[in-house]
Amino acid sequence: MGFDQYHEPPEELPEQTRTFARLCASLTEEAEAIGWYEQRLAVERDPEAVAVMSDAVGEEYKHFSMDLEFLLRRTPKWREIAQGVLFQEGDIVEHGEEAEAEADEGPEGDAPGAGSRAAGGAASAGESLGIGSLRGEGL
Amino acid sequence: MSHLLREHAPITAEGWKRIDEEAQARLLPGLAARRLIDFSGPHGWERSATNLGRVEDADVSELKGVEANRRVVLPLLELRSRFQISRAELRAGDRGAEDVDFADLDVAAQRIVEAENEAVFHSWQKAGVAGIASSSPHPPIVRKKSFEDYSGCVARAVELLLRSGIAGPYGVALGGEDYTSVVETAEHGGYPLLEHLRQIVKGPLVWAPGVKGAIVLSMRGGDFAFESGQDLSVGYEAHDAETVSLYIEESYSFRVLTPEAAVAIVAPKGR
Repeated sequence: MGFDQYHEPPEELPEQTRTFARLCASLTEEAEAIGWYEQRLAVERDPEAVAVMSDAVGEEYKHFSMDLEFLLRRTPKWREIAQGVLFQEGDIVEHGEEAEAEADEGPEGDAPGAGSRAAGGAASAGESLGIGSLRGEGL
Repeated sequence: MSHLLREHAPITAEGWKRIDEEAQARLLPGLAARRLIDFSGPHGWERSATNLGRVEDADVSELKGVEANRRVVLPLLELRSRFQISRAELRAGDRGAEDVDFADLDVAAQRIVEAENEAVFHSWQKAGVAGIASSSPHPPIVRKKSFEDYSGCVARAVELLLRSGIAGPYGVALGGEDYTSVVETAEHGGYPLLEHLRQIVKGPLVWAPGVKGAIVLSMRGGDFAFESGQDLSVGYEAHDAETVSLYIEESYSFRVLTPEAAVAIVAPKGR
């Protein structure tokens, strides 16, 4: 397994970026698990097994959602785009294009490398400086 | 457009990037509360109050046979620290200057850091914020003037927490004088005080400008709640031909859920 979630040498990455990468990896794993359960449930005929796996996939939905929320809280521009796409009625692609265009408008969105502190990018890409919780950091 | 009105400022995208980076760099080292207590949010500028799940005792109904009780909520506090930047300095930055003068921003950042720490760790009575030290039922532990036996003070604080059934790990918010002494002091035999404290508390030791003395607190979670509305942000206020007026802003509420989960260490009187 090793440390595949890192695309760059981990020792060169700030701690916040390593945390961000871990959560991205976790998000990917949860999405994979959801896809696998979907396939298993599609072919399973034993109702008891279906019940067990239906319960299990619910856990994966929860984990995926928590991972996503964590990442969005630390990535203002991603959060801004997601707010324009998620839980909206209508054309998904259209909402996506509109949300991206809106996020790119204004000084924050135009800033090259804009992202969050967690992503190791510039400080601001939306409403705040993206500082949030610093729990556990100290001497 | 957000209430920060950044789009109205005569500042280029690169200029905003430099301002945000400078603000973040100046804010991060001193934000002690966020390193030690539960942080929720940011929930957005629209968040006005924290739900406490309680109602006032008084029945305020004006109709016989109907009870009416007002909900009790904890309003969020808005902190704003203003600063100015010279437009000539902003233009210099756009031309590639690497020594843009952000002195006023730096002062504003330090002010809001100290305000956040002071309200959370001590209290801001007028703002309705009851802080950690002022809520603690434990008598403060008085250290020696020379910081001799400081590790003993921290150990006594941890023992007091354990005796109250408050589990660790524990963290320590160190005010300026305490921080300097902890970092530079070696105990008998040359063992660094900092290392000794780490072994006692098992959690972070944090520089906390605005804190008087030090506060030892449990980091098991669920004892102290910081709820962020708008997290620290830079907004635009006004400009003229010479300067741009900006501000650092945040909104939050803070509440102590377990008052006995912290012990203060204070300096001896008559110093």
